[in-house]
Amino acid sequence: MTEFLTKYAYLIVPIVKIAILVFIVLTVDAYLTWIERKVIAHIQARWGPHRVGPHGLLQPLADGVKFIFKEDPLPAHVDKVAYFLAPFITLMLALTSLAVIPFGPQKFTVFGYETHVGIADVNISLLVLFAITALGVYGIALAGWGSNSKYSLLGGLRSSAQMISYELTLTLSVVGVLLIAGDFSLRNIVEQQASPARGLLTWNIFPQIIGFACFYIAAIAETNRVPFDLPEAESELVAGFHTEYASMKFAMFFIAEYTSMIAVSCLATILFFGGWLSPFPASWAFTHYLPSLLLIPFGLWIIYDGIRYENLFGRIVLPGVGTALTVVGGALVLLPVLNDAVQGPFWFFAKVFTFLFVYIWMRGTLPRFRYDQLMSFGWKFLLPVSIANVVLTSVVILWRMH
Amino acid sequence: MVPTSYYLILSAILFGLGIVAFVFKRNIITIFMAIELMLNAVNLAFVAFSQSLGKSDGEVFVLFVIVVAAAEAAVGLGIIILTARNRRSLNVERVDLLKL
Amino acid sequence: MSGSLIIFFVLALLAVFAAISLIVQRHPIHSALSLIVVMIALAGLYLLMGAEFVAAVQIIVYGGAIMVLFVFVIMLLNAEEEERTNFSKLATYAGIPLALAVAGFIAAAIASSSGSLPAPESSGALTSTKTLSNLLFSDFVYPFELTSFLILVAILGAIVLAQRET
Repeated sequence: MTEFLTKYAYLIVPIVKIAILVFIVLTVDAYLTWIERKVIAHIQARWGPHRVGPHGLLQPLADGVKFIFKEDPLPAHVDKVAYFLAPFITLMLALTSLAVIPFGPQKFTVFGYETHVGIADVNISLLVLFAITALGVYGIALAGWGSNSKYSLLGGLRSSAQMISYELTLTLSVVGVLLIAGDFSLRNIVEQQASPARGLLTWNIFPQIIGFACFYIAAIAETNRVPFDLPEAESELVAGFHTEYASMKFAMFFIAEYTSMIAVSCLATILFFGGWLSPFPASWAFTHYLPSLLLIPFGLWIIYDGIRYENLFGRIVLPGVGTALTVVGGALVLLPVLNDAVQGPFWFFAKVFTFLFVYIWMRGTLPRFRYDQLMSFGWKFLLPVSIANVVLTSVVILWRMH
Repeated sequence: MVPTSYYLILSAILFGLGIVAFVFKRNIITIFMAIELMLNAVNLAFVAFSQSLGKSDGEVFVLFVIVVAAAEAAVGLGIIILTARNRRSLNVERVDLLKL
Repeated sequence: MSGSLIIFFVLALLAVFAAISLIVQRHPIHSALSLIVVMIALAGLYLLMGAEFVAAVQIIVYGGAIMVLFVFVIMLLNAEEEERTNFSKLATYAGIPLALAVAGFIAAAIASSSGSLPAPESSGALTSTKTLSNLLFSDFVYPFELTSFLILVAILGAIVLAQRET
């Protein structure tokens, strides 16, 4: 048994990692919808979902069950290949883009096979991500066209045109980071931002603030989120390119949108905010206990809130969750080995979560662009600014070399 | 290790299939896609030779071929759109005004 | 059967079947989708040969931009399935085997002379982007500038062609 595992470790270990990652990503997607609904609700001065479980925590589960049991109609005269292929392509590409993202610095050995925290470590991981983004246009174009409905076709064409326009800016705004790092590999880009003495100050955000602004705006346009979500706006075009999709296929589009949000946030943290690096200098050793410092009070607060919850289910579940979090926080304090292993992924997920929160915050606050405003903003403002950023970065690099 | 001749045979097969599509299809866009298939087959041959000789010149040339194919696709599809609007059909057999 | 040989055969068969599907499908949008599959299979083959940058550029530019242009044009022109032809049957029954015979002849010529082809050196070594860019800006700088000019001309041509008649 162990011999079999050791001999085929190069196949089995990635498959296990893929299974774990897909499970984690789908759960995070589901609870991201919960967070989004709660945050937008509180911005709009109302409660979000709060009936389905304690604080509405079982709402994503209810939504999932609804999606599974809902009727999945097939509209008349659709182009079967395009109609069935579109959500499949979108979801597959969104999930594949998470394969090349490194989540932490450690390399660990299992069954004699040395591996790292992340699924694939390729030299050109940044180019792979761009290739996947470039292919993502097809999902939307085929969805719009295959649905045999003029609203879907219009929404699909508009959305694909928007995605292509902002894809150029997305690619060019990252060239500044590539010039500084000199390498396509995401892991090396993070390593080059590392400096244990100065912590936060060597991250790429400071030399590349223009690049970051262009990248983030283009990324929001790529993922079709507010303020760039006219193609799927509910009040303008029925529902845009996914009008004719119901239940499971709509759920695929939905999951693909949230997964690409997560992928873009991961990319933004890796390229500009130092990935898994801690913002504090390494000499401030007490910052190693920040994960525990966050988990233990949070767990205690959940226990306190749960004890006084209104129904019995909440009174059992919430203190249970709170106790689990407190125990994990305590274990991190007591076992330094575990604490060191958790540091990298903890900072990575904290930064990714901050970006996701900004995404949701913008959805609750900003109005949406009109389509011609959107296109002229992308071509006439963002693209020249990102090209200027590339020129400026290369001039500064050349000037520093002499 | 895959011998270079395997890649070249695959390139020849794809090129032949491109020629078959070019000759036998009647939709102008499909014919254009057959041209792109032929260009891709040639690209494969370039990269195969570049690997076999150990120099990277073949790959640089592939980049040029891709760029030229992009420019050609842009202008060609513009012409196709105009012709299709004029003749109201995408069938190449309908564009026969110069026929005797 | 080494691993790279298996991957080669899988990708090669995928490319050939997708190319045959391009010929056989009646609707141009399905032909376009088959061509995209061919391009992705070829990008996989480039990766197998160690040309990682060319593989990425193939997917980003060819598969992500040029083919999107094709798909847009097919959707805009509302292309329909090909109609039945009253072409002569002789052309089909004689022509296809003839074309494939030409391709097979070339393939056989290559196979028989494969002894004189240089064996792949540094098997599996990756071509670094640095090497490519050094070549591009030193030996090939003249074609590079010419292609940028060519793209400018193509943009102007496409804009002129797309103008409405006023």
